[in-house]
Amino acid sequence: MNSPNGYRRESSGGHPPYDNPAYASTHKRAPRNAPVRLEHTLSEITGPRFAGDLPAPGEDDLTHFDGGEALGERIIVTGRVLDEDGRAIPHTVIEIWQANAAGRYAHAEDRHEAPLDPYFAGIGRVITDTQGAYRFMTVKPGAYPWRNHHNAWRPNHIHFSLFGPSFATRLITQMYFPGDPLLDLDPIFNSVPDRSARERLIAKFDIEVTIPEYALGYRFDFVIRGREATPTPG
Amino acid sequence: MSPLQTPSQTVGPFFKPALIRSGNESLVTSNSRGERITIEGRILDGDAAGISDAMIELWQANADGRYDHPDDLQEKLIDPEFHGFGRAATDELGRFRFHTIKPGSATGPGNLLHAPHINVSIFARGLLKRLVTRIYFPGEQLNATDPVLNTVAPGRRSTLIARIENADQPGILRFDIVLQGENETVFFDV
Repeated sequence: MNSPNGYRRESSGGHPPYDNPAYASTHKRAPRNAPVRLEHTLSEITGPRFAGDLPAPGEDDLTHFDGGEALGERIIVTGRVLDEDGRAIPHTVIEIWQANAAGRYAHAEDRHEAPLDPYFAGIGRVITDTQGAYRFMTVKPGAYPWRNHHNAWRPNHIHFSLFGPSFATRLITQMYFPGDPLLDLDPIFNSVPDRSARERLIAKFDIEVTIPEYALGYRFDFVIRGREATPTPG
Repeated sequence: MSPLQTPSQTVGPFFKPALIRSGNESLVTSNSRGERITIEGRILDGDAAGISDAMIELWQANADGRYDHPDDLQEKLIDPEFHGFGRAATDELGRFRFHTIKPGSATGPGNLLHAPHINVSIFARGLLKRLVTRIYFPGEQLNATDPVLNTVAPGRRSTLIARIENADQPGILRFDIVLQGENETVFFDV
């Protein structure tokens, strides 16, 4: 039986290693053995889709929750999901989570002494359109301390989870904001070896996306792995 | 110029309200075809301590060995009651549990039948990118010829095979995931 082609590998220097001395939580969690390379077969070329559980209207607006309006600087985040060949990835779900404007997550384990916002859950979902485009509204997340080292602060960031077309293209990442002075000090951001790759995690401010009198606009594209040009061996 | 890959970043410790929904740990409905199994285990760190803030995802073929995906061109039946994706978080002791069916064998390159297996992704604070492993089944004849199991050093293969702990309950399979140290689980570079 012929299988469709596999997917390209993760780019060298473009992703963090498992073990990162500056990020303390990796010390006891990074495997000591190198991962075993797997040739792509149906297991990796296929992958899950959110067939029965698509984002509902309103999940793209994090600024309204429980009948009220979240505090903070309203922002629009928009962009596209593409593969390495520049092809749009349509109909893929993006899951979103973040801290509130004060730098606090609505999560029982977050003990940072910053106020919770009863009107901000910090959770959203969107699905890309036929052009691979997505858009959602939220408030700019605050920075927060995280005890990784003395005086450690996470830069402002939004978490994203997406699947793409296959098991091989699964991606969880974080988006950062331009000009944040904490970026140079953050072990998680700096875990990506190549500077140019790190910079791909920083959104771009865009006055065209900005809504007059209402919300600042940012652009952020996700690029997932493209397909191999030749069939998988065998 | 072609666009370049977006780097991976850790899922962090605060993902549960956004990503975990009750029910996603069950891949089956009452009408799914196949032999019901429960997979339970713990995720352990390098000190053999349970990891309470991990997320596990399963991706598997249906009882006939067919993946619910357009790129699976095998002439096998789709099961409209089985989509093959599950997700769960670990609890305060690092435990997880899934309810699913035993997958059938998918046909690989050269018409070789692959041993039944479940594809696993693991995300956690301290994991800057996901870990990938596979759950294979005990006593499965195809394990001996499976091309992936055979790439793994013989002494480490057992970390990929679930165990039946209680012979009276053959449908309950135990699969612990050891991120680091002695009996470290085999992880794959996909």
